[in-house]
Amino acid sequence: MPEGASPKAASAEVAAAVAEAHRREWAFVLAATVRVAGDIDTAEEAVQDAYASALATWGARGIPSNPGAWLTTAARRRALDLLRREATARRALPKLVEPEPPPVDEQADAAAAIPDDRLALIFTCCHPALAVDTQVALTLRLLCGLSTADVARAFLVPEPTMAARITRAKKKIATAGIPYRVPDARELGPRLDGVLSVVHLVYTTGHTAPFGADLMPRDLAERGHELARLLRALLPDDPDVAGLLALVVLTEARRDARVDTAGDLVLMEDQDRSRWNQRGIAEGTTLVREALRARPPGRFALMAAIAAVHDESPSWSATDWGEILGLYDLLAEIWVSPVVRLNRAIALGFAVGPAEALVELDDLAADPRLARYPYLAAARADMLQRLGRSREARLAYEEAIILTDNAAEQDFLRRRLETMDSTS
Amino acid sequence: MSKYLILIFQDESAAQSAGETVNPAYREFMDRHASALLGGVALESPATGTSIRRDDDGGVSVTDGLFAESKEVVGGYFLIEAADLDAALEIAKDVPAGAGVEVRPVRLAS
Repeated sequence: MPEGASPKAASAEVAAAVAEAHRREWAFVLAATVRVAGDIDTAEEAVQDAYASALATWGARGIPSNPGAWLTTAARRRALDLLRREATARRALPKLVEPEPPPVDEQADAAAAIPDDRLALIFTCCHPALAVDTQVALTLRLLCGLSTADVARAFLVPEPTMAARITRAKKKIATAGIPYRVPDARELGPRLDGVLSVVHLVYTTGHTAPFGADLMPRDLAERGHELARLLRALLPDDPDVAGLLALVVLTEARRDARVDTAGDLVLMEDQDRSRWNQRGIAEGTTLVREALRARPPGRFALMAAIAAVHDESPSWSATDWGEILGLYDLLAEIWVSPVVRLNRAIALGFAVGPAEALVELDDLAADPRLARYPYLAAARADMLQRLGRSREARLAYEEAIILTDNAAEQDFLRRRLETMDSTS
Repeated sequence: MSKYLILIFQDESAAQSAGETVNPAYREFMDRHASALLGGVALESPATGTSIRRDDDGGVSVTDGLFAESKEVVGGYFLIEAADLDAALEIAKDVPAGAGVEVRPVRLAS
């Protein structure tokens, strides 16, 4: 039936437009609706209804020129309907005066009339009164619009567990009175640092995925990248935001070279640098320069600067390890963390020598926080191997294999161990 | 405006040796936040506490000591009024408590 083909094609086009609007506009629409609904749960319901009605309405009347504005207006109207319905239900109570809901601005269709509340939504999701895991989950759910099932998958927990965690968090936001606003200048610094940590965590969870058989659940890394870009658009003058985006962009630039055709992890040492994305490297290094202007430079700026030294080096052997070691020294000054010390020790191994690095690594091995950290054992194995202490190196590789739960990294370590066995 | 309870925690040993007079640091805190303060008390040492527990048979058992064993014990509280959690946390950060404080929203009867 030829007539049937055309509406079908049209409905596919509408479905694609709604999916695209979901990906691009979800955070904007939800953030603007929370402002009207005064409550995240009501806003979420209204936004979901708006997306559902977009499927039907856009099919009948065509796709609007500004889908985000259309969806925001629809979601805000729906939120007011929900509030009115709730008010009506409450009217049974004696003498309860309900404030009139604010009138819907019919001119709100103009995109410019809708204030961008995404920053307020980010700060609410990343409030320090919520556990860090919960901050990440809320950010993925509310800012990125991921379904609860997808968020649960990212955390490797059953969906009902994640649903309960998100519900509990939204209840805490409402009950404890976590405000929906951007913190004032006095609080902004420390609060922004928390937001940047969450976005970095989303990105690194996707990038290194310390679990499962998949080395890179690309979607999470992409969402982290998008969030870093969103923060940059919302806070264009902040050096720490520039630093985080620089770090993400410079890491992404090496992405294609990180795994070979068989899906195996490739060390930076062995990566085909012609596969590194030069446009990404150029963008990242420009951002690094801007981020380093802050005094003292922030931790993301310094990590990005380290990534930039690698990205700009023509080969592994030409790497400026002295520069990298100097950057790690600065990083260790502002960020007391055993993981930073571990990475500094590895840089020391290349800048000075494996014996000096091993002294540092053995010292770190006494830190209980690193007792089950596979990268410490792997770094020790590498330094021991370079010192020709094969028996100890083999033990350290075996320890690292036991400690890592990432299948691709396990394979990599096994291959190193096999190479050792065949050459010794 | 919402109401929040600030529970003040102290090391058990510190709570036992607490003096009789109001600590000048607390006096200063109460002066600074007088407009937000609705009430507050300091408690006697944990050794003076008595717990009453409901048992399965609908009865109660009375025991010496605190309800939950812990290194940090409640040494007192402030009841405050604040616009939101951030405002409440700003006030709570000023409490000169030994170990720290816990901020809980007060449930409103409906």
